[in-house]
Amino acid sequence: MAARQGRSLFRDEHFWHGVQRGVGVPLIVLSASFLGFGALIRESNLQLIHGIVSTMTGWALPGQVALVELYAVGAPLAVIALAVWLTNARLLPMTVTLMPYFNEAGTPRWKLYIACHWIAVTGWAEAMRRFPAMPPEGRYPFFIGMSLVLWSSCILATGIGYYIAGLVPFHVSLGLVFLNPIYFMLVFASDLANRGRAMALLLGAVAGPALHVVVPDWSLLIAGLTAGTLGYLIGRRWP
Amino acid sequence: MIDQEMLPYLALLVGALTTYVSRFLGVLLAGRLKVESPLFEWLSCVTYALLAALIARMIIFPSGPLAEAPLFDRLAAATLALASFYLTRRNLLLGVAAGFATLVLVTWVRVSGSDLLAALQL
Repeated sequence: MAARQGRSLFRDEHFWHGVQRGVGVPLIVLSASFLGFGALIRESNLQLIHGIVSTMTGWALPGQVALVELYAVGAPLAVIALAVWLTNARLLPMTVTLMPYFNEAGTPRWKLYIACHWIAVTGWAEAMRRFPAMPPEGRYPFFIGMSLVLWSSCILATGIGYYIAGLVPFHVSLGLVFLNPIYFMLVFASDLANRGRAMALLLGAVAGPALHVVVPDWSLLIAGLTAGTLGYLIGRRWP
Repeated sequence: MIDQEMLPYLALLVGALTTYVSRFLGVLLAGRLKVESPLFEWLSCVTYALLAALIARMIIFPSGPLAEAPLFDRLAAATLALASFYLTRRNLLLGVAAGFATLVLVTWVRVSGSDLLAALQL
């Protein structure tokens, strides 16, 4: 074990396993989504570097879109801060539920404070599905390998999107924006083995849009808490 | 006064900090939470529900360009994506491709169809 701990990340087989999992469908879909973000940057009269910095430092598409759209209409910084925070608030429970898997291997805290920067829906869903069957010490390198592939391809796609903005027909760019929600939907549709989580997904999908009509700003948090608790209770009652 | 050049970077900094805060608090609050605890399972359910709510909202009440496609088209594309996904033994690529193709084709037919009608009436 001592020899194992001294090994560099790049020589760890789990790191490369993560890289392999990142390349493929997740990479295609995420990159296509970030092409759309790059195009949005240009249409909002921002510069290429702004898009690149955004994807590097605040990697989480819905929040990035909210930031750019609000900035473009001249919203005050406080409004931007609140909107981005609310849009990305899902990252908090996502992080909380991923951490115990790393803790099982005794991964040092400082490493987790770095790794959490790459927690986003695609990698999170993949990790939640694979971690239980994975040896604890392989989880951290796997997650870093997968995330680095996805993150760097998103940065690249932001740049390409900026340059091809306006070159693709409108219908195709609509389709590109549509890829992200469709992909997420299918990722979760393939993860229904746990009764409680499956019910939480189903109830959340109904509650989210319904609550959006009544309380747009807080709809996600309320939907998550109510539908999630209900799903959990159903899962406990009828496992 | 703040230099106009710096304004986008200020907004980006605010965005980066507010985004990282949620992740940072996540690590902090996770503490010694155990995978086998009821609290962990409850939190997982809440997170799954939250993400399902977000995805459903992105499809039904999208912001940005997607709002220009009619709701019917978006729902039809999502349904076909799910159907192809399950019919192909959960092939993600085929499911996503079906959803993409449906939305592009349907919105294209809508626009070119109404162009055609307008041309016929002339």
